Amino acid sequence: MKRVGTIQIKYMIAKNDFSKAGAAASNIKKTLRKLGISTDVIKRVAVAAYETEMNVIIHSHGGIMYLNIDVEKVTIIAEDKGPGIEDIEMAMKEGYSTATSQIRELGFGAGMGLPNIKRCADNFEIKSSLENSTIIKMSFNLK
Amino acid sequence: MFTVKNLVEELKLEIVAGERGMINLITDVYIGDLLSWVMAKVDDGNIWITIQTHENIVAVAVLKDLSCVIISENAMIDNDTITRANVEEIPLLRSSLNSYQLALRIGELLK
Ligand SMILES: Nc1ncnc2c1ncn2[C@@H]1O[C@H](COP(=O)(O)OP(=O)(O)OP(=O)(O)O)[C@@H](O)[C@H]1O
Ligand SMILES: [Mg+2]
Repeated sequence: MKRVGTIQIKYMIAKNDFSKAGAAASNIKKTLRKLGISTDVIKRVAVAAYETEMNVIIHSHGGIMYLNIDVEKVTIIAEDKGPGIEDIEMAMKEGYSTATSQIRELGFGAGMGLPNIKRCADNFEIKSSLENSTIIKMSFNLK
Repeated sequence: MFTVKNLVEELKLEIVAGERGMINLITDVYIGDLLSWVMAKVDDGNIWITIQTHENIVAVAVLKDLSCVIISENAMIDNDTITRANVEEIPLLRSSLNSYQLALRIGELLK
């Protein structure tokens, strides 16, 4: 079996830090471009990574995003410090949002982020409960 | 071939930031003020017309490879947004026209 190295990058995401919003997603996109990954995959990863990053910034107490790339797939995992999601089924619905009016004024809160992520990824898992971390894992096939 | 520079000249738009991206090629137009909606729908090279002026619009424009962003109805633009558009070389343009009027005029130009 041919062994190919994997790439792993870690991004710290701070709560309410809009000045760096999109920085992790941008870096992920640049990394994939450098590796010559197909545009179709890059476009989907960019949207999903951005929505994941924004959710951690807006809805959580902060967290970490991990990018993993191997020959088979691109994987992104986000793990935050809570406060968690009470009803995941509701959260996954288009149009459902708990964003405050202040946040909505900035253009967030359409309730489209999680549905966007699910649509873009080839595999998507979300694990969360109230007062716990939200963990999102998504992957994009390269083959 | 239609560039952001052509667009600015034709529509007499104010160049607020990101002048280095003036050679970007324009493909189409998209109007929207809900970021995750725009994120899902907008395409490479699109002109994005919005009244959102928060710095996150630049992040969206970069991630979606947009040609430029036009702020309609002369909405006030945050300084952070201007700084970021300059760094990212995303043309940030402004007009007194509303989004509908802008799209009509651009539609004529792209015909
Ligand atoms: N990391 C998270 N921690 C806690 N709650 C979350 C997290 N991510 C999403 N949620 C909850 O799920 C809801 C739906 O998320 P989604 O991304 O679909 O929409 P939104 O962030 O509210 O709006 P949009 O993404 O369209 O700007 C959020 O309003 C929030 O209540
Ligand atoms: Mg969201």
